[in-house]
Amino acid sequence: MNAIQFILAGMLAAATPFLLAALGELVVERAGVLNLGVEGLMALGAVIAFIIVYHGGGHLIGFVAAGICSALLSLVFAIIALVFRANQVAAGLAIGILGQGLSALFGKSYESLTVKGLPRLALPWFSELPIIGGLFTQDIVVWFSLAGTLAIWAIFTFTKTGLVIRAVGENPKAAHAIGYPVILVRTAAVAFGGMMAGFAGAYAAVVYTPLWADGMIAGRGWIAIALVVFGTWLTGRIFLGACLFGAVSLMGPAAQATGMDVPSQLLSSLPYLVTIIVLGIISADRRLLKLNGVASLGEPFER
Amino acid sequence: MSQPLLSLRGISKSYGAIRANQEIDLDVAPRSIHAILGENGAGKSTLMKLIYGVEQPDDGTAAWKGEPLSLASPAEARHRGIGMVFQHFSLFETLTVVENIQLVVPGRKAELTKRIRTLGRDFGLEVDPFAHVHALSVGERQRVEIIRCLMTNPKLLILDEPTSVLPPQLVNKLFDTLRRLRDGGVSILFISHKLEEIRAICDRATILRGGRVTGNVDPREHDAHDLARMMIGRDMPEPIPALPLSGGERRLEIIGLDYTPDDPFAVPLSSISLTVRASEILGIAGISGNGQSELSALISGETVLKREQADRIFMMGRDVGTLDPAARRELGFAFVPEDRLGRGAVPEMSLLLNSLLTAHPLKLLKHGLINRARAAAFTNDCIRQYDVRTRGPDAEAGSLSGGNLQKFIVGREIMLAPKLLFVAQPTWGVDVGAASAIRQRLIALRNAGMAILVISEELEELFELSDFIQVLHHGTLSPPLLAVNTKPEEIGRYMIGAEPAGEKASA
Amino acid sequence: MSRPALALLPILIRRDRASLTATLLAPALALAAALILNLGLYVLLGRDPVAVVHAMLLEPFLSWASFSEVLLKTGPLLLIAQGLAIGFRAKVFNIGAEGQFILGAIFASALPIWFPQATGAWIWPAMLLLGAIGGALWASITAFWRVRLNANEILVSLMLSLVAAQLLYYLLLGPWKDPNGFNFPQSVMFQYDAMVPTLIPGTRVNVSLLIAFALSAAAWIFMQKSFMGYKLQVGGLAPRAAGYAGFNQGWAIWLSLLIGGFAAGLAGAAEVAGPLGQLQRSISTGYGYAAIIVAYLGGLHPIGIVVSAFFMAALYIGGDNAMVSANLPIAAVRVFQGSLLLAYLVAITFVRYRLEWRHAGHRNTS
Repeated sequence: MNAIQFILAGMLAAATPFLLAALGELVVERAGVLNLGVEGLMALGAVIAFIIVYHGGGHLIGFVAAGICSALLSLVFAIIALVFRANQVAAGLAIGILGQGLSALFGKSYESLTVKGLPRLALPWFSELPIIGGLFTQDIVVWFSLAGTLAIWAIFTFTKTGLVIRAVGENPKAAHAIGYPVILVRTAAVAFGGMMAGFAGAYAAVVYTPLWADGMIAGRGWIAIALVVFGTWLTGRIFLGACLFGAVSLMGPAAQATGMDVPSQLLSSLPYLVTIIVLGIISADRRLLKLNGVASLGEPFER
Repeated sequence: MSQPLLSLRGISKSYGAIRANQEIDLDVAPRSIHAILGENGAGKSTLMKLIYGVEQPDDGTAAWKGEPLSLASPAEARHRGIGMVFQHFSLFETLTVVENIQLVVPGRKAELTKRIRTLGRDFGLEVDPFAHVHALSVGERQRVEIIRCLMTNPKLLILDEPTSVLPPQLVNKLFDTLRRLRDGGVSILFISHKLEEIRAICDRATILRGGRVTGNVDPREHDAHDLARMMIGRDMPEPIPALPLSGGERRLEIIGLDYTPDDPFAVPLSSISLTVRASEILGIAGISGNGQSELSALISGETVLKREQADRIFMMGRDVGTLDPAARRELGFAFVPEDRLGRGAVPEMSLLLNSLLTAHPLKLLKHGLINRARAAAFTNDCIRQYDVRTRGPDAEAGSLSGGNLQKFIVGREIMLAPKLLFVAQPTWGVDVGAASAIRQRLIALRNAGMAILVISEELEELFELSDFIQVLHHGTLSPPLLAVNTKPEEIGRYMIGAEPAGEKASA
Repeated sequence: MSRPALALLPILIRRDRASLTATLLAPALALAAALILNLGLYVLLGRDPVAVVHAMLLEPFLSWASFSEVLLKTGPLLLIAQGLAIGFRAKVFNIGAEGQFILGAIFASALPIWFPQATGAWIWPAMLLLGAIGGALWASITAFWRVRLNANEILVSLMLSLVAAQLLYYLLLGPWKDPNGFNFPQSVMFQYDAMVPTLIPGTRVNVSLLIAFALSAAAWIFMQKSFMGYKLQVGGLAPRAAGYAGFNQGWAIWLSLLIGGFAAGLAGAAEVAGPLGQLQRSISTGYGYAAIIVAYLGGLHPIGIVVSAFFMAALYIGGDNAMVSANLPIAAVRVFQGSLLLAYLVAITFVRYRLEWRHAGHRNTS
């Protein structure tokens, strides 16, 4: 298998933690809230899922529990940032620190233990195609994430729910004036984002690299937040961005497999460097950000 | 009078220490156009929010067709048959017209689109259902708001200052629509502070002052003076006369300025030209959203031109297009922006620190450190000379009322002794007394030789202040019109773009 | 939505002016709340809460040895937090102090690693200066990205911290590895002149603590008295007012980030030239992140930060103690830090708001 085939086969799985967390953050930001605690929410989801799967609870229960726990932690953020109108940057950082701390605390006695991942399901016919065939052999969570991406795109494009979320994010005062419960809508969005971050963490810990190590999220929550900016708040572009980062994070192993002499630290920092560069390129187009951006992002709502 | 449609008894509402409404009684008859008259801060908007369920009263009862009524939310109000058109529109710019309507009215897109078109035809409210709201003019946005209300089949329609965004011609068109609606069985609550309009269209008027009802009359039976007395508690102040024009030196000159903003929601400007001379007031008329904020920022220096665009904006004879606000101020420019909180002043800072914002060159600093004694003296002077009602220089700017903060900012800018003063919306949200004090001060400064540029939505104000008036519409500016020789209708034609800029000059 | 139930809850009403009482009480109340929550957690984890409290909050002050360690940790936290707070007041959210700290340590180490034979009293001051420059340079990448490319400084500065950690590993596993270090990821031990002189004999507390206090005083003058500090604060509170007054926002962002990077780099340099005496993989135990909490708990005020830096340093030492004596994982310190900041953010709401129970009134219920 050459490097390209290797990357194509692994890209979607590697992209899934980014994708799930970024889709959650997309909904949160569309509602006008900036939750910077994604890294911590993912870390919490990861440890919860790992513990449950390790003790034989199964992947499904693991994912559900991870989603619930991260959603609950994100509700703490919602109460502090939305009800108490605290600075969203500070509240998000605090949730991030708390989530990572809880993750390390709970995961202490599971350090370096492993669990079994999930089998890959091949899509008939497609998976036998040359070169790109690997794209169509994926575990069930990847398939669900792809369906979820489509669903979120459809919600924002066709449904009234999507319309309400966008309205609350663009002009909360007006949304309030025509009778929408702004704080409630935002809280629900934050909880959804928390749940997705929990799933993302769970996937990273019990499917993608089913081995517990403290700090295993390794900045992926932050990259997910950056992905929302890369995607200029559009579902399709966020998906493409997640695939890009999936591919980038596989370049390390791919390069080593082909025997290239590159310091491993450079390969490890590749995702971060790519984030910085792409962030610079996309953000420089101020008009684009303004056009697709969320007008009230990060501002507390007060009637 | 038959049984009232809506009847309020003893409604009160306080925000902290501010008692916005006290013991309000109000009866709205079926099939009537009922005015709520009062100046800024009299409690009109609060009352409407209570009726529409956006806020809940602290005290009092309401009845709807004789039945007790309690409104916990706008959804409930709509369900009962109450609709509202807001003063600052509650529309979403990034959504289309039909999406905006979908947020309030149940139904599928296709069906809503059809109803929007029908209503538009029947009531003279034509608008493209698929247009994005940010691309609409202010008048069109108001139509969307009214259509959105009408689609809920209201029995009572509340309009908050609906004419403030319309040129005179469109005001008449709106009045036609309102009369048609009344004849169709809808009652209308018409909020305004413009006396003539109320006399023209309303058959009942309830007058508010300081949060209380001070009159309940048939406006057609009273002249404007009577109504004004009920509204402000005394006669309207008389304007002071201006000295004749003297043709002084050019302090601000803009020549053929074209500007395309970075912000996709902003209005591009094209071939803007204007001149303001010493001892002269130039007024810029037009409805907000036609390029006013873009033009202000270009004049103040908050937006700077690219280097390629030389020789477009001159102040005191110097090309200032690429200079930042601080550099323009050094040339003798001062500016009162239209938004006071967060731009003209920092709400969380004391008045003393807010003085420093623009007055720091008046030796309020020493070796880079703030000289508190001098800053306090400056602030105290400003508070005294401009009659700012406040606890003192340590009060936070955010704790002042709109009128008092405006007096402070106007005072601060005038105390800089500028050669060129630019005031945007001098009396927005300011009570009548403070507004007339500000206008008199501006005329006195003009007489003393200052060049003054005023942007305002209020035509009456511009006629009172200005020597020349130019109209801003769709990012273009009309030729200057000598105010004493011009009728409001002429300005109005420019405001709706019926007479494109330049056409009249060539005709 | 259950409106009747919500109606029973008090609502927040904006105060006419900020409450000084609430400002001063907030940290104490937050500490109490965080303490209760965390003790509950320790009980759930099966630890003896009394032993934990004793180890974490009292032991640091009970012996001179551990108290001097608290003072030692106060230095870097104080330096970094003062720098960050200036940026935070200007709403420039530099959360990459960790990376700037690491770069400070790397820059400072270059001198003794490249010139191990050099002697003279100029070495350690030169190292501190180099470190500060290194931190500021690293922060200037973020500043460039934010000012010229309009990129979000939170994300860029954080990503740069992760890159900085990789850069450190690269140096320690490659070119700067101590050849006689048994393959440990660490540099050679520095020469005597590369060490910051100790301040209190018999302890590791060194002159850098004095520098931290001196810079705190400078920060106080800068933020509370100077016009430059005033301009930064206007930019943070009301950016459009800063634009209106003609205060250059790009300049404010550069200044905020350079100050933050300078202070964090200085702290990093003082760490390698102080207690460590070499460049190691574990030079920072999350100082850069902890300092964010220190800055907020100190109310972003230079004097408050002195107090909160001291407290946070004690918490670090206490956490170490609790790990040994109460068998509490060190991660508990991070949990405590996070919950403390959350509690504080709730508490400071009452600086600008007060609670009011809704009027029962004579309203009809539908």
